[in-house]
Amino acid sequence: MEKLTVVEGIAVPLERAQVDTDQIIPAEFLKRVTKTGFDDALFYAWRQDPDFVLNDPAFANPTVLIAGADFGTGSSREHAVWALRDYGFKAVISPRFGDIFRGNSGKQGLLAAQIAEDAVEKMWALIREQPGISASVDLVSKTVMLGTLTVPFQIDDYTRWRLLEGLDDIALTLRDESSITEFEKTRQSWRPLTLPAQ
Amino acid sequence: MTVGRTLAEKVWDDHIVVKGTDGAPDLLYIDLHLIHEVTSPQAFDGLRMAGRPVRRPDLTIATEDHNTPTLNITKQIADPVSRIQIETLRRNCEEFGVRLHPLGDIEQGIVHVVGPQLGLTMPGITVVCGDSHTSTHGAFGAIAFGIGTSEVEHVLATQTLPLKPFKTMAVTVDGALRDGVTAKDIILAVIAKIGTGGGQGYVIEYRGSAIRALSMEGRMTICNMSIEAGARAGMVAPDQTTYDYLKGKPHAPKGEDWDAALAYWQTLPTDDDAVFDAEVLLDASELEPFVTWGTNPGQGVLLSDAIPEPESFDDPNEQASARRALEYMDLAPGTRMKDIRVDAVFMGSCTNSRIEDLRAFASVIKGKKKADGVRVMVVPGSARVRLEAEAEGIDKIVEEFGAEWRFAGCSMCLGMNPDQLAPGERCASTSNRNFEGRQGKGGRTHLVSPLVAAATAVRGTLSGPWDLEEAR
Ligand code: SF4
Repeated sequence: MEKLTVVEGIAVPLERAQVDTDQIIPAEFLKRVTKTGFDDALFYAWRQDPDFVLNDPAFANPTVLIAGADFGTGSSREHAVWALRDYGFKAVISPRFGDIFRGNSGKQGLLAAQIAEDAVEKMWALIREQPGISASVDLVSKTVMLGTLTVPFQIDDYTRWRLLEGLDDIALTLRDESSITEFEKTRQSWRPLTLPAQ
Repeated sequence: MTVGRTLAEKVWDDHIVVKGTDGAPDLLYIDLHLIHEVTSPQAFDGLRMAGRPVRRPDLTIATEDHNTPTLNITKQIADPVSRIQIETLRRNCEEFGVRLHPLGDIEQGIVHVVGPQLGLTMPGITVVCGDSHTSTHGAFGAIAFGIGTSEVEHVLATQTLPLKPFKTMAVTVDGALRDGVTAKDIILAVIAKIGTGGGQGYVIEYRGSAIRALSMEGRMTICNMSIEAGARAGMVAPDQTTYDYLKGKPHAPKGEDWDAALAYWQTLPTDDDAVFDAEVLLDASELEPFVTWGTNPGQGVLLSDAIPEPESFDDPNEQASARRALEYMDLAPGTRMKDIRVDAVFMGSCTNSRIEDLRAFASVIKGKKKADGVRVMVVPGSARVRLEAEAEGIDKIVEEFGAEWRFAGCSMCLGMNPDQLAPGERCASTSNRNFEGRQGKGGRTHLVSPLVAAATAVRGTLSGPWDLEEAR
């Protein structure tokens, strides 16, 4: 994973709350067995509407998505993160995220920044005045800058550290492999086994 | 002074491999990893690229459910993309030594029906799966939660996950349910009460006399939908109902193992002096059948009620969501729920496709004919459930009613296979998500219990079993 410090680029206002992962990427696209190439699937149903924000030329090639509360609820599909990433998004801002979505984002280097609800509304208003302006999301200082606004965001310290260092989770865990092996020695024999016991 | 612990805390503590310090997460051991075709291909790919094996194939099990057809299951899958996904799973399981129950196998079915029926799901364990409804397994007193594909890869490689402890919430449901009111109505009422974000960051423990009185199937229905309240997991403390259900299942502990397990399980229920981070109360005796009118599972009312005015919500966000939802659903505020006509009824999904659900559905439709113009589909949760139902004659009751009796799988719960709604079609569904387009592009979903699904199939409008009695 690449190290991530600052994300900068065009900010898109997604002026909707409760955007579930079925809306971010419908189930029909989950049949693919690859991990890339999901940009066409992002917000597929909504993009059929010419008035949908991503169809506005002012927001071509965006980097930061600014959404309403409860973004990424519902299904665990990591495809939602891949689709956002493949479309070019590097950060998503919302007052509240679905737990699994937030976890998935952290694994894929998509910065999920939580900011206060009124700040989101101010940002939307500002973008309405200046469509296509850039936002800068700074993981070091934990702030979002958009035009005249500078707003702090929240992200848990561990995810922040991993993103800043660009660390891969599995490699990190395997540093503790001997502890895992020790733990397994104490695992009781009544616990489930999926293969017939040897 | 020692402070009591909750069920969730006890199970968590017993799985800590490395305790996190300075804000780092705990490294948690995973007892059981369930796999299906949709969220695993990219995880296996990751292993292959890194040259890593599956650490514990003996704690991993796979089945095919999301893409599988529910008709003509012996024929090749028609949709080439679905077929590739299934074939990829088969190849991966073979290569990495993971046990697979493929289409046609007696243990094939929806992954959350298969785990419990095999007796793999048991109290005091940790269960994960790349599927948000993994919360279902919490009904046994396990910590069970959905994970993303990167985490699937992580568990395959290490049998652990780095995780911060969840907060704990008690949802206490006391009182006796009236006839015709079910576990599904309890959980829909809970979600409407706390909202789709109300459980975020929590593991919910369902407690109280109404929960204790439920069967394992009912408890699974409730835990299944915890995720729809935003919670990571739902749990019910194990008791005699749990042990009776589990005993004798193929993978359940036997002999001395059973005794040792039982002794441990009995220590799991939440201590009297334990403190939850949040508490919610609900009176079961006041409940009636509950149905949704909108496009998230929190947008629901009593079946006897009408669609609320969007302005009646305090939160402007919720008002906006309600307006959008009503537009999508093509419904007007003030419409009585019982006046809503449906085109289809779907009886199935990991929420309500177990034998008890099928029995409840059959008890209402027995000897009746479905309403004209309504398509009714009954999809058992697993091949085993299907056989069990056939042994009881439920397939005959379903067919005589004019409904379709299908093979097991996720089916119209999310329409990845050919079972889909057409644009604009309206469906009473026993599944768990009424999101826009969930059951097919442009389809409209009302979440209901099996009893309401059955009565609706009889009358063609959203109805409860009570409506059939009144009509007699
Ligand atoms: S039945 Fe529906 S909710 Fe359950 S696992 Fe299948 S698709 Fe997911």
